Amino acid sequence: MIEAVLSISGMALAAGLGLGFAAKKFQVESDPIAVQLVAVLPGSNCGSCGYPGCQAYADALASGGVAINLCSPGGKATMELLASLLGVTPMAMSDEDLGPVLAVIDENNCIGCTACIKACPVDAIIGANKQSHTVIATECTACKACLEPCPVNCITMTPVKQTLYNWSWSKPSGPKMLH
Amino acid sequence: MGIALTTLRSFHGGVHPADNKSLSAHRPIERLPLPKMLYVPLHQHLGTPCEPCVKPGDKVLKGDLIGEAQGFVSVPVHAPTSGTVLEIKQHTVGHPSGFTMLCVVIEPDGRDMWRSDLVGIKTPLQVDPSEIKKKIQEAGIVGLGGATFPSHIKMSPPKGKVVSLLLINGVECEPYLTCDARLMQERAREIVLGITIMMHALQTKECVIGIEANKPMAISAMRKVVDEFQQIKVAVLPVMYPQGAEKQLIEVVTGRQVPSGGLPIDVGVIVHNVATAVAIREAVEFGRPLISRLVTVTGKGVKSTANLEVLLGTPVQDLINFCGGLTYKTKKVIMGGPMMGTALHNLEAPVVKGTSGILALTSDETTFQQKEQNCIRCGSCLKVCPIRLMPCEMAWHSKHENLDALKEYNLFDCIECGSCAFVCPAHIPLVHYFRFGKISILAQKQADQAKQKVKERSQRKEARIAKEEAEKERKKAEMKAQSDARKAQAAMTAAQQTAESKPSETAKAETPVSQEAPTSGGTISEDDDKSVRAARAAKAAAAARAAKEARDAKTDAN
Amino acid sequence: MSQPKFLTSSSPHIHGDNSIAKIMETVILALLPASALSVILFGWPALLVILITVISCMATESIILRIRKRESLLSDRSAALTGLLLALTLPPQVPWWVCVVGGVFAMLIGKQLYGGLGSNIFNPALIARVFLLISFPVELTSWPPPVPLFFENALTLMQSVQIIFHGGHLGVPALVDAVTSATPLGQYRMQVSLGQTVQEALGGSYGFDYFNALGGYMSGSLGETSALLLTAGGIYLLFKKVITWHIPVSMLIGCLLPATILNQMNPGTYPDALFHLVTGGLLLGAFFMATDMVTSPVTPKGQIIFGLSCGFLTYAIRTWGGYPEGVSFAIVIMNIAVPLIDQYTKPAIYGRRLKKA
Repeated sequence: MIEAVLSISGMALAAGLGLGFAAKKFQVESDPIAVQLVAVLPGSNCGSCGYPGCQAYADALASGGVAINLCSPGGKATMELLASLLGVTPMAMSDEDLGPVLAVIDENNCIGCTACIKACPVDAIIGANKQSHTVIATECTACKACLEPCPVNCITMTPVKQTLYNWSWSKPSGPKMLH
Repeated sequence: MGIALTTLRSFHGGVHPADNKSLSAHRPIERLPLPKMLYVPLHQHLGTPCEPCVKPGDKVLKGDLIGEAQGFVSVPVHAPTSGTVLEIKQHTVGHPSGFTMLCVVIEPDGRDMWRSDLVGIKTPLQVDPSEIKKKIQEAGIVGLGGATFPSHIKMSPPKGKVVSLLLINGVECEPYLTCDARLMQERAREIVLGITIMMHALQTKECVIGIEANKPMAISAMRKVVDEFQQIKVAVLPVMYPQGAEKQLIEVVTGRQVPSGGLPIDVGVIVHNVATAVAIREAVEFGRPLISRLVTVTGKGVKSTANLEVLLGTPVQDLINFCGGLTYKTKKVIMGGPMMGTALHNLEAPVVKGTSGILALTSDETTFQQKEQNCIRCGSCLKVCPIRLMPCEMAWHSKHENLDALKEYNLFDCIECGSCAFVCPAHIPLVHYFRFGKISILAQKQADQAKQKVKERSQRKEARIAKEEAEKERKKAEMKAQSDARKAQAAMTAAQQTAESKPSETAKAETPVSQEAPTSGGTISEDDDKSVRAARAAKAAAAARAAKEARDAKTDAN
Repeated sequence: MSQPKFLTSSSPHIHGDNSIAKIMETVILALLPASALSVILFGWPALLVILITVISCMATESIILRIRKRESLLSDRSAALTGLLLALTLPPQVPWWVCVVGGVFAMLIGKQLYGGLGSNIFNPALIARVFLLISFPVELTSWPPPVPLFFENALTLMQSVQIIFHGGHLGVPALVDAVTSATPLGQYRMQVSLGQTVQEALGGSYGFDYFNALGGYMSGSLGETSALLLTAGGIYLLFKKVITWHIPVSMLIGCLLPATILNQMNPGTYPDALFHLVTGGLLLGAFFMATDMVTSPVTPKGQIIFGLSCGFLTYAIRTWGGYPEGVSFAIVIMNIAVPLIDQYTKPAIYGRRLKKA
């Protein structure tokens, strides 16, 4: 009886020490969560999430209690990455049904005030004072930072046109379910 | 002597689909009557799309340039017949998306007249190889087997690489297709003339024409002509799909494997299709650009089958009409072969340089009611994969979007031959999964690059703003220094004046006034500016409102 | 963009006529001669065991699929095959509830809990057999000697029903000889451990005979009967290209090679290779169990490693382990290693071998 108790306790002790040692010795250094989060965010500091920049949003996410679907330039992909980093379930994006979008300036109504040019965090809008402005489609991150400052509301988020060249194969639907 | 083996090797895997070539193999090559309208796409090759160089209303002759090549990996497009350019517009093409592409719409005038200034090389075997390559490039020739890789690039091996073997692909391993077989049977001499030109251009001493054993007529026709040439041989290959794939054909004939990510030239081989050989001969000897090709129209969904010579840009509908139309059982119309071809959305798509066949498949010929089931890991796909990949694992990772794992399984080595999906007992659309996986990886790469760019651009903007701020600060400081200096000057002058005439108290009293004056002046001007701007904005807003109202009114009216 | 007029799915647009149902049917067909022989040799109880097991497997599968809202895939025949394979690992007169528990365990724990066909780690039939063997050792190791149908002393159908449904042969003592006899492997282990030589153990009153063993006339599970018919079934599968030679051949080598070596060294303690080949479930395991597609490696190299390991483990358990028969344990243990084996035996891809050179 005594031997059994002693031997089992001894084994448990040895195993515990071993595990403790292994945990210390083989510990994998990982970045603090905020650093990982900020790496996932677009980094344009556009402020469309309501925080003064990507770092601020990452900090807020790290401290918890903040929705993960606020980054509209990052879109669904970023939201999913955030979800996996934070270990929470993915949420729907508010404008998911639109698919990828771009800011487009209605050049007939643009008054050339340059307000949007100043607001754009990635310099994707070109134009001079009192001349109609244009968004460089390839540079726009769809952060919507330009919508608010426009005095005549001539900027709209427009779905990106699907062409032969940006078309992609959809994922096969997989084995069918009954319902 | 050469690098071609006397005993053929085999490649790993492969499948034996029912070849169904007897449906159309007996049909001699016919010329399709001139269609009513031609839709010539400006991107019929692998590489950069062409830029149109005609405008609506232009009269063109057969062989006139209508699309200019953009860069080296690009080939020009020519008018397939004489007529009028009606417009240059987006038109459906044979693409899995069913989307449109820029096409030159030509209304034939019925005369089908070549431009008069086409000149060939009378003695192609005596000229400098570079002249031949130039002709090939100008003629817009691409690989006619279906891959549409620009031929002039294949004809220009990089310096230091020796072409030991010219391999001519007459395998036509895709089921149903028979146009290459008919070409070899009917125009063997033209093919061999093309081969001699290519051998001269590449300075090659050895050529093998690979033909599968299920084309005895083609083999005997080619043998008859080839007998006159010592350096050209016909190799009869056992039937096995995908033997006509470049890498597999090279392995069978030479026993060598093209390195992953490399080109056939890396093992001293250049592969050309038999139809390309004919096109090259036409281009070099007569100066004629590539404006037509052979197309097999077959399948149980068409009333009759045919092997047609078709002008590029002819709508598929015209070919189908020529063959008596579709039966009601037709479920799928395919451009190309049944293993690797593209399913068409409708019959408006035009024939292009890569169109080797138009197949109308009925429900009992094609995969149409098979449901995908779970993989049972039977390993059939591994057994048939000619690249020795692990298709079942790749499909699983693609399904779960494990992109890194996909790269580890060498997804990009997949040639999408379809053998795995053909044998899969669970009916898993493996090739579809691979395409999805490939596109996801490319999209991820692009997104990463875009993200990097966004970061750079926003950092640049922040830096610029910071610099501007700093500049402003500096200017302000400068102004202040200047005004301070001025004030000091003024004070000094005043002091001097007072020292001369008035008591020092007045000077003290005066200084604050002179200090205040410029400040208040500045404020006023700033206020002024603001009010002007506000007025301007109000005016603009009013104008915008008016415009909007006008627009609304217009919409209401509509 | 207008609605496409035709189907527009990805290439390839044609398909060979292979299907999961066809594969399963072929395997069932290959097993039928051996199963029929077991019914002939062991009488009606064997038929009842097979039927009850197959039906309970199919019923469980269809209920679970209904609950999981998956399309019922009984048409793929995999549940029937698992049932048949499980039945073939059971003794001929095992009570009905053992069959049912086994069938439910195979389908529920062994297969559906992992996600259904294709996702299970263990061969469902074998994991159920191992579960039964551990849980009900008495029922699983009562081996009545073969009494062929329609022979003298053969059980009638009614007697068989009573045996299977009313608690074994003890329930009908007046009608049946309630004798059980050890399987050849059991006899050898028992007697050798008691100090006899192999020859003494199998000869004499036990009367082991290779000729009878080849024909299946000996005690054992339903599927441990005829080496000849099992081999014929295996060759049929090879011929139909449902399995490849890699696993069966390497598994036989893995077991028979050490058997030959040790037999040469000490024939008194270690029986020869032929004994190992024709007794127990080695052939059933090699041709029908280890080759289960879902739970075996997909790469040829991996299949050979897997087969050799299964064979050797079988031999080790038979010779030194706690049970006289080790095929099911060996295969179940190796099932765990399959993903790892696949991972490290990826084939050399076209055009990548050369890069290193």
